[in-house]
Amino acid sequence: MSLRDQSHLRVVLYEGDGAEPLDGDLRFDAISRLLEQGFALTRVGSAGRTAPDDGVAAVVLGQFQNGARQLTTDAASEQLRFTNVSGFDSERIAGAVESTRAETNTARHGEWKPWFPVIDYDRCTNCMQCLSFCLFGVYGADQQGHIQVQNEDNCKTNCPACSRVCPEAAIMFPKYKAGPINGDVVTEADLNREKMKVDISALLGGDVYSMLRRRSDQAKERFSKERDDKKALQERQKCLTKLASAGDIPAEVLMNLPSPEEIQRRAEEAKAKAHAALAAQR
Amino acid sequence: MTHESGGILYCNCTYAQVLDPAAKQAVLRKLCDSGRSFEAVADLCEMSARKDPALKRLASGGNLKIAACFPRAVKWLFASAGAPLDPQQTEVLNLRELDAAKAGERLFAEDLQPNIPTGKVTASDVPAPAAR
Repeated sequence: MSLRDQSHLRVVLYEGDGAEPLDGDLRFDAISRLLEQGFALTRVGSAGRTAPDDGVAAVVLGQFQNGARQLTTDAASEQLRFTNVSGFDSERIAGAVESTRAETNTARHGEWKPWFPVIDYDRCTNCMQCLSFCLFGVYGADQQGHIQVQNEDNCKTNCPACSRVCPEAAIMFPKYKAGPINGDVVTEADLNREKMKVDISALLGGDVYSMLRRRSDQAKERFSKERDDKKALQERQKCLTKLASAGDIPAEVLMNLPSPEEIQRRAEEAKAKAHAALAAQR
Repeated sequence: MTHESGGILYCNCTYAQVLDPAAKQAVLRKLCDSGRSFEAVADLCEMSARKDPALKRLASGGNLKIAACFPRAVKWLFASAGAPLDPQQTEVLNLRELDAAKAGERLFAEDLQPNIPTGKVTASDVPAPAAR
């Protein structure tokens, strides 16, 4: 099941009228624990606004004084469940929520690190370089030929390579360590630096993948001549180290790239998609 | 508009170590002790990738203060989930740069200082902080 097809469990910690507030430490511990487990939570206190019901399954936690059903004014949604947490510690509260998640068959969190490109459309010029560059099918184009991130979970964790080829610094990875890739403002110096990185990649042979292909082919040729697999492996590692430092691409991503033939096939497929999207705009 | 009628959203950035854990805890603690209603999410990035419908209800509810990361990133995380934020009704408190005390101060301030970028942003376009 794709990321987008999974439904979600909303957690509500109710501490308004009709419920005893939790002890301060317990509230903090329970909320912290639920967040670490990947849940989103609405805390309902005595003041302030909360977001309305959005029709997803929800579990309402509270130290209810006279039963929880009094809190609903209409026939409570079948998706709404109440759990009285009087006497619970934070571990038991988190356990109850996890049980409800399993019962409702809603999304399990934490199995995928959310690392993927986010496009700043204020900066993007729809040049399709990212689509041409990415070998993993992360990008696509909508029906109007506009670039889109379509398969977030295809992205390789900690790899910001596509942001390096963007001439406008329009591709962000919010969990990246440094700006502007992390979403910080883009300076002229950043733009020049980004351009320089693309130039370095061009000097290496067009793009990092074509360099990888070439070096891999050379290594293969040597391997067939010398039958020295140790040397071939060393050559590949040397090449990968250079690429990793030039583009800040994690070594494990480079080590797990598909075969040169598969890289070539995917690169051609991506370029064809980009050309088709650009042609659709004309 | 006062804060009472606005919403608060806290992002725990659970799946990365880019926020100072002490700062995150301090902000969350302040929220928990405030008596206020608020929304807390494990990770806005994950919700954006999942196109979580919760983002739409959060974005469409009027004034909103978001404790998360860079405003440019937050803007496009919401937008890419089909839940664009209203630039006039949103203030993002960047926990990658602000300390917990300043973030807490802004979260509970009665006024809202909209700061999500509009248009092609360069360093000179960043809104100056309002006079105190």
